[in-house]
Amino acid sequence: MNPKLTRRRFIKGVIASSAAAASTSLWYSAIGADRPAGAVERLLSLNVNGQTRRVDVAPQETLAHTLRYKLGLTGTKLGCNRGECGACTVLADDVNIYACSTLTHEVSKKAVMTVEGLRAADGTLHPVQAAFVQELSPACGFCTSGQVMSAVALLKSNPRPTREEARQAMSGNLCRCGAYDHYLNGVMRASGQLS
Amino acid sequence: MSSHDVMPEMSLYQPVRVEDAIGIANQFADRGWLVGGGQDTYGWLKDRAKSADALIDLKGIESMRGVKETADGIEIGALVTLTEITKDPIIAQRYPLLAQAAGRVASPQIRNVGTIAGNVSQDVRCWYYRRGLNCYRAGGNLCYADTPEGMNREHAIFNASRCVAVTPSDTGPALVALEAQMVINNASGQRVVAAEEFFVGPNLDIQNTTVLRPGDILTAVRIPSKWANAQFYFEKVADRNAWDFALVSLSAVMRVNNGVIEDSRIVVGAVQATPRRLTEVEQAVRGKARNDSTADSIGDLASRTANPLNYNHFKMPLMDNLVKRALRGQA
Ligand SMILES: Cc1cc2nc3c(=O)[nH]c(=O)nc-3n(C[C@H](O)[C@H](O)[C@H](O)COP(=O)(O)OP(=O)(O)OC[C@H]3O[C@@H](n4cnc5c(N)ncnc54)[C@H](O)[C@@H]3O)c2cc1C
Ligand code: SF4
Ligand code: FES
Ligand code: FES
Repeated sequence: MNPKLTRRRFIKGVIASSAAAASTSLWYSAIGADRPAGAVERLLSLNVNGQTRRVDVAPQETLAHTLRYKLGLTGTKLGCNRGECGACTVLADDVNIYACSTLTHEVSKKAVMTVEGLRAADGTLHPVQAAFVQELSPACGFCTSGQVMSAVALLKSNPRPTREEARQAMSGNLCRCGAYDHYLNGVMRASGQLS
Repeated sequence: MSSHDVMPEMSLYQPVRVEDAIGIANQFADRGWLVGGGQDTYGWLKDRAKSADALIDLKGIESMRGVKETADGIEIGALVTLTEITKDPIIAQRYPLLAQAAGRVASPQIRNVGTIAGNVSQDVRCWYYRRGLNCYRAGGNLCYADTPEGMNREHAIFNASRCVAVTPSDTGPALVALEAQMVINNASGQRVVAAEEFFVGPNLDIQNTTVLRPGDILTAVRIPSKWANAQFYFEKVADRNAWDFALVSLSAVMRVNNGVIEDSRIVVGAVQATPRRLTEVEQAVRGKARNDSTADSIGDLASRTANPLNYNHFKMPLMDNLVKRALRGQA
């Protein structure tokens, strides 16, 4: 084993957030044949929608899988499972990403936000959700949660986008119903530029 | 194509120092797989077309982040995302060519996580190969694309050698045009390779698109000040404006003085396995005005030596026209 790969450095760098679980199971990976020590811990404390969720995550597991099948957050859809449709779009530290093409362990230190996390405690819809309802943006609705998340990400970084900027920002979300203009109207309404 | 829900079991490492990543990569050798943003990686693994024993996620390595000014230009950390490149004020001001190229990759979500290192190191997009067929590039002894019935509309028109796949990277040609230098670390130290030598074609190595070998980590991309604030031209033609790979892309840098092109580098993507420099065109336009008549005088110089396949003759006039638009001075 490479002497530079000290166990301590990996504990510091890799699993700072789940120190409680680290001490026991790290030994398993260290014993595991001739593999270098420090493979990731399975047990994660994942920050999802402002809550800390303890969850057992395989090293190669995608975020979409963890959200849908382990945390019951099925608002995140799987369309293509290969980065080509946008149905699985969620936020990691306010940036929109494809949950199907992200390992859960890659966002273990980030704040993950899904469509379930948007409405207020009293049930009030997020302004983007409300605007999409008003503009009748969704048709079948399958792509909607992804569209909502991309719009939320856009308005966080650019609260008053032009229609063209919005079009660019939403271009990673496919809509098989072709409701693009309706979603764009929704984005413009949510940013207060349509009344 | 089947796309399984989950990837096969692998271990995952998240080193925080370059040396540790190199150590892990060397232990796993060709069974280790470096991950930047993973956007080229996960498809291979989900489809079971390629496999690995361990993923080595580089994103925790702080020294590979950020854009720095250096004595001679800038240094872009290997982990800098394509979105960060499009938003970086220094790049936008001095090298907008690179910002434009990065901004045309895939989709916003992919640019948000896709890294510059992953973009230049990504594998070819030939669907036969991606399907997991045992073609030349996969170590076999035939090419499925270069047959009378092969679907080769997206494939090469130059320098094929058994494999006819093309370079898919949008930033690669821009980096070759800008005379970028690739900084590569491994257990024996650091080496710096010109972008032009970083990409390799099938005549030299049919199974790798770059000079990188297991144990090598691309840690940074340096862009010299030579072409800062030059005149630039970028255009990518694809079937759709989002997601699609280039059918042909063009990245040009030009030093223009009193309207006259003193020096230029014109590089085309998606016409062969590596970014293709149009040296003949560069020579032909030296000392000429950057205008319509120079553009027209070039004719089909760029495509004259092309060797198209059954379904990709259209790439020849497409490339010639992009060259003309670049020389003309406006789209
Ligand atoms: C739907 C879709 C559309 C796409 N469209 C485009 C497009 O239009 N244009 C385009 O250019 N690309 C496109 N891509 C390809 C690619 O995903 C992106 O270009 C992205 O930039 C890849 O970067 P990454 O960091 O995610 O790569 P990764 O998947 O992390 O890495 C890609 C390869 O590079 C290696 N690697 C990564 N980092 C390093 C390093 N530091 N040192 C050595 N090797 C390294 C990996 O081992 C792997 O082999 C597309 C991908 C998808 C899924
Ligand atoms: S073009 Fe290259 S990658 Fe595609 S089938 Fe032929 S040998 Fe394989
Ligand atoms: S399911 Fe993730 S992009 Fe289609
Ligand atoms: S509303 Fe049906 S896919 Fe978009």
